[in-house]
Parts: sequence; C-alpha cells; structure tokens
Amino acid sequence: MSALDSTTTILASGARLTVPLAFAACGEYVAERAGTMNISVEAMMLGAAFTSIATASATGSATVGLAAGVLTGLVLGFVHGNLSHRARINAFVVGLVLNALVLGLTSFLITTNQFDPHQVGVMSIPLLQDIPLIGKPLFSERWPAFLLLLLVPLTWWLVERSRWGLELRAVGENPQAADVTGIKVDVRRRQALLWCGALAGLGGAYLAVGEVGSFNQNMTAGRGYIVIAAVIFGAWRLGRTLLGCLVFGLSDAMRLALPALGVTLNAQLLVAAPYLLALLAMLLFTTQHREPAALGRPFERGSA
Amino acid sequence: MSAAARMNPDDLARRFLVRLRPGRNGWTTAGLTVVLLAVAMSACALLLVLTGGSPSASADALWTGSLADATGWTTTLLNAAPLLLVAVGACVCASAGTFNIGQEGQVLIGGLAGAWVGLRLALPGPMLVVAVMIAAAIGGGVWASLSALMFRFRGVNVAVSTLLMTFLAIQLVTFAVSTSWLQEDAQGSSGIADAVSNPLPANARLTGFGQYPSVQVNIGLIIALVAAVGVALVLSRSRWGFRVRMVGLNPLAAKHTGVRVAALGGFTLALSGAFAGLAGGLLLAGPVGTNQLQAGLSHNVGWDGLLVALVARNRPLATIPVAFAFGALRAGGDFLSATGVPYYLVDVVKALLVLAFVAPPVLVDLFRKRRGGRPATTPPAVFVVPTQVKATA
Repeated sequence: MSALDSTTTILASGARLTVPLAFAACGEYVAERAGTMNISVEAMMLGAAFTSIATASATGSATVGLAAGVLTGLVLGFVHGNLSHRARINAFVVGLVLNALVLGLTSFLITTNQFDPHQVGVMSIPLLQDIPLIGKPLFSERWPAFLLLLLVPLTWWLVERSRWGLELRAVGENPQAADVTGIKVDVRRRQALLWCGALAGLGGAYLAVGEVGSFNQNMTAGRGYIVIAAVIFGAWRLGRTLLGCLVFGLSDAMRLALPALGVTLNAQLLVAAPYLLALLAMLLFTTQHREPAALGRPFERGSA
Repeated sequence: MSAAARMNPDDLARRFLVRLRPGRNGWTTAGLTVVLLAVAMSACALLLVLTGGSPSASADALWTGSLADATGWTTTLLNAAPLLLVAVGACVCASAGTFNIGQEGQVLIGGLAGAWVGLRLALPGPMLVVAVMIAAAIGGGVWASLSALMFRFRGVNVAVSTLLMTFLAIQLVTFAVSTSWLQEDAQGSSGIADAVSNPLPANARLTGFGQYPSVQVNIGLIIALVAAVGVALVLSRSRWGFRVRMVGLNPLAAKHTGVRVAALGGFTLALSGAFAGLAGGLLLAGPVGTNQLQAGLSHNVGWDGLLVALVARNRPLATIPVAFAFGALRAGGDFLSATGVPYYLVDVVKALLVLAFVAPPVLVDLFRKRRGGRPATTPPAVFVVPTQVKATA
C-alpha cells in the first residue's frame, strides 16, 4: 500500500469517526453555552444508537431508525432537563444516573433481542470525490453526514445571531441578570438540552445505522465524554469545538490504523489524548474566562 | 459594601442555623420514596416480562446469589466492603460541598500504587500488606488532589476534572501493567503483552477475618465499617467535621467565621480519593481473585460506590445498609447471569434505585415552592466552594 493510499485510509476512517462526534458536539456546545453541563450526552448517544437499530430492524428502514434515534435523544434531553432544571437535582447526578440507566438498559435489551443489521446509503458528490487524498474522505460518506453542512451553520446562527441564542448565552453567563430582564432561565436551559438531545441522538444514530450498521454493547464507549472534552478543548467556541472533534477523530483513526501499517506508537496515549488535551485546555482557559460564567451552577432565584 | 457583609451577624447566624435544621417534611419524602421504589421495581419486572423472562425466577436468583446461604453472604460482604469505602469518601467531600465523580479512576490508581509497592517492596510478613494498603490510599488521594490543585490554582470545575481524570487513569493502568514496572516479561508498550500485572506475593494479600459460623468476614469489611463509623463521628461530633459541614452549607458564612474554605475543600477531596484508593487496594489484595492489577480491576466499584453515597443522601452511617444492599445486588447479579438473565438487569435496578432515592426530597421542595411556601431544605452548595470567597450575595 502506498503512502498516499494509507493516508487516504486514515483520513477516511478519521472522517467517519469525526462525524458522530461533530453532531453531538454541536448539541453539547449549545447546552454548555446555556450554562448546563450535561454529561448525559453519553446516554443520549448510546440510547439513540440502540433505538435507531431497533426501529430500523422493526420497520425495515434505516432512515426511520435515524429519526427514532433523534427522538430518543429528545426524550432523554427532556428527562434530563426536567430533572435538573425543573426539579433541580444536581445535573451531574442526573447525568450519572441516566448514563448508568441507558447503558444497563441497552446492554440488557441487546443481549435478550436480535436485530437485523441496517445501514443508510452512501452519497458521493460527483467530481469532488475524485480529488486525490481528500476526495474520498470528504465527499463520499453515508448521506446523513452531509446534514452537518446544514446543522453546523444553523447551530452557529442560533447561538450567535438569533434572539433565542442571545438569551441563551445570557442565561449561561449571568442567569440572575437574565432572570431580571424577564428571560425564563430554566426554560432556556431545558430548550438547550432538547437541542442537545436531538443532535446527540443524531450522532448516536449515525454511529449505529450510518457507520456500523448494527448495535453492540456499550457501542459509544465513552464518545459522549470525548464530546464534552471537545467542547472544553474548543474553549466554548463552535469552530474550535469542531476542530477538537476532528483532532480526536483522527487520533482514534490513527490508533486503529497504525498497528496495521507496522508503526509502533503508544496506543494508550492516543486513547487518552482527548481527555489529556481537554484537561490542559481547561488549565489554560479558566483564567481567561472563556467558559460560560454560570456553567454547571444551578439557577436559584435570589441567590448569587 | 455587599449585602452579605452588611448583614447583621445575628441574622447571618440565624439563616445558617435554619439551613442546618433537617427537613420538616420527612414523611412526605419517605412516602414518595416508597412510591417511586414500587414504580422502579414494577418497571424492572415489566422489562423482564417483555423480554420473555420471569420476574419471580429472577428475584429468586438474586436472592439465592446474595443472601440465601453462607456462600451468598460471604460474596455479598466481599462486594460491599469496597463500595462502602468509596461511598464514605464521597460523603466526606460532599459534606464540604465538593462533588467528586472520579472515584472509578481513583480506585484504579489506588490499585496501581498498591500493586507497585506489593511487587517492588520486599517487606517481611504482614508488613507488606499494610504497606500495600497505605500506598493504595496515598495513590488515590494523590490522584484526587491533582483535581483539587487544578481547582485551587486554575479554578477548574472539580466534577469535570475528576471525570476526565478517570479516563486518564484507565489508560495509565492499561499502560502500566504492560510495562516492566509491574510485569517481568513485559513486551514493551505496543507489543502483545498480557494486560495484567504479575500476581502479588502471598504476604501482600488480605486474609479472611474468620468464620461466623460459616460466613467468611473479610478484613476489608472491618476496615470499611470502621471508616464509616469513624467518618460519621468525626463529621457530626468534631470541630473539624463541623467546619467541613459549614463549608458545604454556606461557604461564605464559613469564610467569615475564619475557616480556610479552599484548603479544607481540597483536603476533603484528597481524603475522598484516599478512601477510593483504599477500596482499590482491597480489590487488589482481596482474598478472592487473582491479586493481579488490570484495567478491569475496579469493575465499576467506583461508579457504584458513588451511587451508594447518592442513595444514602451523603450520610456516612446510611451508606452502611445501602452499600450492603448494593453488594447484595452485585453478588446476586453474578448468580443471575448464570441463570441466563443478563447481569445488566442489575445495572438497571441500581440506576432506578438511585433515582427513587434522589428525586423525592427535591420533588417535595418543588411542590412546596409551587404552593408558595419556603423550601424546607436547601440543596447542598455543590461547586460553590470558591477559591476566593467574594461577598456578592
């Protein structure tokens, strides 16, 4: 295999591993800008991956499965939002419990049920896919991957340009001030979690009915946490967050590909890279006030 | 001058005392907990029926594996000990308002430190097992205090950093067991080496504590029980414990009374890591198992221990029965999987249990607020232990 071919292989595999991360990161980015740190993004991805395969198997359509995945993410976002931003249970506690619940439930159901494999079709852009080196990785993908071209600008516009996004950011930076101006803090946060749920669900469903075509136990294997790491690594900016997803996706691809190419590299270091980079990023960013000021703090009217 | 600083000291003290008083609607909370428990158990039964299983047979298997005979009791107690230690640690730092969710990693690092000492240090007789335990506690404590330092000097959110450190710990242990640090015939980091360390020497292992009459009690359980009672006493009776609770309930008031808020918060975090590390030492040197370090050593003990603390609502004495129940669930789950029902059912049960215990106090508060009353209990001030307390209230 020539060096060019193997580079293309790694890039293609990296692109495939990046897409689910990028979907979920768009969602988690919105949630964190609203000041809610939801680690249940892992549960959203895993639950969606499972229901997408289960629904695809029941209906025979991978596209319906994809929609079911989005719906699962929405439901989990709704549950998380109501538990942590209506009943005000600590968001980390809710996240931990949801992650444990979804992991247990999907693992139980996958061992007691059989599902047929289903996969959505590949869409290739003519001409562009013939570009050497980057043609295949970028322009020949399972079709939902191209939804990113729509959803990333939409997420950016929602957060940075719409009135809703302005209120959302206000809620993330200073909920007390936002509350005084009449913005419903918990409502905005729940809405952000719904957006997060839908996109994380899409990411998880893409993983199952898009890339792999089936579901296996603990399929996401901590990708939700990598998404959180990516948002931190991206200093709560959308562009850098997506760059983080790309870096983490490529490092995952390298981990898978390098042994086959005969290159010895420390596999554990590559697996640990996202977390290590996120921790370093946090060490650097927190003093620069890059993170939403109210991130991870529950809102209570009348308290500072 | 800010409002809090202007406030009459008596008012401040009164507000603080109100916060210390326990909830006034204990019965509503208890009733709601029972209802939610019933709902949770029905949901599990429904899940079993829908997947073609039998709820009664599964419940029977859970019982047989955990509490029906001496073997079951032995396994349950063996499972309960590390859970109890992790949960007690979680209670300590939750009392100070710091939320540590990285116990899984701290357990593993405790195991790593214990294994390193056990394999490298040639101490005579039972001194080695003591050294292993101390090293494990120090290992977990150091790992957690890294998060404390990150918070102290850079303001990094403790929950997030402890969570991320967990995944680092898993990779660190995976790496360490394949190197010559812990393995004699290591193949280098990328070669095909066994993913387990060498077994600990015989004098680095914990023995049983005796048979009563046929239930084997392990030393780990004794350590964990002593830790739970000790922590409960220290937190509720000592001056230090009072300071810890004060920091958790109202860091601003604590600061004004002269408590070194940041140092105390960081120390409780390290302490909770040390308890988790000690649990890792127990798992490593326990009387069953291979006494080898591997990435699967913790086997979710860190996560489950955290759930135990949540169910016990962060009260150290309450963790004893809860850890016992979770230990029974783990033991029963192993037996259950032998009867053809996947072990994962137990994971579902555990998650629902936690929801059933965590939700009621918060829900009762919510209803109370809806009716226009004042909340009886204030949620613990998690994450608000500030590096520098600013009087902005």
